[in-house]
Amino acid sequence: MANSLPSSVKVSPPPIEMERPALVENNRSIGWISDTVAGVIENKTPGWWKITIGLSMLVSLGLPIGLIYLISTGVGVWGLNHPVAWGWAIVNFVWWIGIGHAGTLISAILFLLRQKWRTSINRASEAMTIFAVMCAGIFPAVHVGRIWFDWWLFPLPNANSIWPQFRSPLLWDVFAVSTYFTVSVLFWYMGLIPDLATMRDRFRKVASKVIEPAAKFRNKIAQFLYGLFSLGWTGSNRHWRNYEKAYLLLAGLSTPLVLSVHSIVSFDFAVSQLPGWHTTIFPPYFVAGAVFGGFAMVMTLMIPLVSLYKGLDEIVTVRHLEVMSKVILVTGSIVGYAYGMEFFIAYYGGNPYELYAFKNRAFGDMNWSYWWMISCNVLAPQFFWFKWCRTTPWFIWVICGFVNIGMWMERFVIVVTSLHNDFMPGNWGYYSPSWVDMMTYFGTFGFFMTLFLLFCRLLPLIAISEVKGVTPQADPHHPMGGAKH
Amino acid sequence: MDSLDDYQIPYGVMAEFDTPADAMHAAEKVRDAGFERWDVHTPFPVHGMDEAMGLGNSKVGWFTFCCGLCGFFGGMLMIWFMNAYDYGIPVGGKPNFSPFASFPVAYEMTILSGAFGSLFGMLFLNRLPRLHHPLLKNMRFADVTHDKFFVVIEADDPKYEEDEIRALLKKAGSKHIELVTE
Repeated sequence: MANSLPSSVKVSPPPIEMERPALVENNRSIGWISDTVAGVIENKTPGWWKITIGLSMLVSLGLPIGLIYLISTGVGVWGLNHPVAWGWAIVNFVWWIGIGHAGTLISAILFLLRQKWRTSINRASEAMTIFAVMCAGIFPAVHVGRIWFDWWLFPLPNANSIWPQFRSPLLWDVFAVSTYFTVSVLFWYMGLIPDLATMRDRFRKVASKVIEPAAKFRNKIAQFLYGLFSLGWTGSNRHWRNYEKAYLLLAGLSTPLVLSVHSIVSFDFAVSQLPGWHTTIFPPYFVAGAVFGGFAMVMTLMIPLVSLYKGLDEIVTVRHLEVMSKVILVTGSIVGYAYGMEFFIAYYGGNPYELYAFKNRAFGDMNWSYWWMISCNVLAPQFFWFKWCRTTPWFIWVICGFVNIGMWMERFVIVVTSLHNDFMPGNWGYYSPSWVDMMTYFGTFGFFMTLFLLFCRLLPLIAISEVKGVTPQADPHHPMGGAKH
Repeated sequence: MDSLDDYQIPYGVMAEFDTPADAMHAAEKVRDAGFERWDVHTPFPVHGMDEAMGLGNSKVGWFTFCCGLCGFFGGMLMIWFMNAYDYGIPVGGKPNFSPFASFPVAYEMTILSGAFGSLFGMLFLNRLPRLHHPLLKNMRFADVTHDKFFVVIEADDPKYEEDEIRALLKKAGSKHIELVTE
């Protein structure tokens, strides 16, 4: 551009207050980026990591205990009964799958919108997506009761010659969630290929300096595994060309996918006839809620990680946290609007059962869950109007904790309060979870954290090649990238 | 061992550069010199390098499109076969097959096959996985995933002439040029 102008025309640089802060602070070299991110894998295992993974594995034991007891005995061991036949299992399923959505939003939608700041958090959030969907998938699989018939959900030929019923939203969900998991894994793995090659080459470079036999063996294993999964990547520009196109296409495919997944999850409710569930606002409201809750989980995980690993705070900066806080504020406000609109339609729609369901949510037996939801989801994010609140990591972390709780409460409100008092007072009841419900749910936390900690230790938790690509040193038209004008 | 080296087949000439701009200008010179079998290796995709190398648009999109289309019609066909043809489920006198009720599943199948098409199409076009490559044996080349940029001209190129290539790359500003063997 500057070349095409005649030399008499002077283009002044933008005023200083218009310039965006660098994405990687302190003008670090591109080599520093790989050293810092790979350092997380190469350095000695930190003490806090050992303690946290120990605790996580301990907590994850709740999952096999809860599930084995459930499967060997029957769904009666949960708190479910007439009239509340969908309890914590469905609440947890929707909560976990919603968390996953932030990862895809960051990796796909923000990519299409050319939001370069996403590069420093997309790898970890995509990992979060995959692990969250794994936790989510457990619940619908076991809540069917006789889990040995789960395979009937898939279009497989069977002895009864009966196929799945494709008009059921519950079956759409099977396809949506399994597609979502598969595509998230493909997208994540494709992003990992160049970084796995970085790890392969780093272990190869130090191989001759490793003397101790155990370390030599570890080095060999690392070279072999990183080498195998990097598929022989050489950073060839002819490869990058196809790679970038495939990345763009996967982002383009994941965007409608992520919107469809939570829409289809909301169809599980919206397609039914139950007051409180039978609502057309559900698809957009569920998607906004998913992004809202997911971003909160991203920050819940990233803020401690960034402070524990040296150097990462220069890649995931306060600016990143501030931008994510703004996303939380926006999506939280969309969710708040949806809560208000639901009430308005319940009043304006003229259906007495619908109006009753909503009055019952706010002032009935289970009003505690409704007001928890409102305080955590609508009120708590309002702090993010203030700059101090958006730029203080510990404060953001606390607010995100509330958002995580609030989004769980939202699904509890939708699932349980709509069921517990339905059309006839003869069908009214209360719902309390059993210890098995609780053990299974807390077990998924342990399972999730175990997987996430292993990911941090074994794979580059920041997309090295993508972060390099957004620095000025990587731009051949920038003086820092070697341009001579 | 020394005698074996004499029999090694050259793979190509590799030139190292320190900045993306240097590598890009070198690529422009190599392109203008009319080489065909050559490549630039970088730690991240460098913007403008495709033009500097004279490469056109990538063909991955065709794989995505064809696979996505197959996924959509495959999904519709599957549902029609299962719920309307092989074992019809009549509900309230409505037609056994409805494209609207089948849409969510066919839509997910489109995305699923499109995603497989994109990843495997990319790998196919790049001829990956390739677990052995002459460049990957070179220790200096290991910095390609770190912070160095390499221009490699293969010995297969019809215009391959080692001394001329060395002179060209030296003029382009490379401080380290070496011959890589198979």
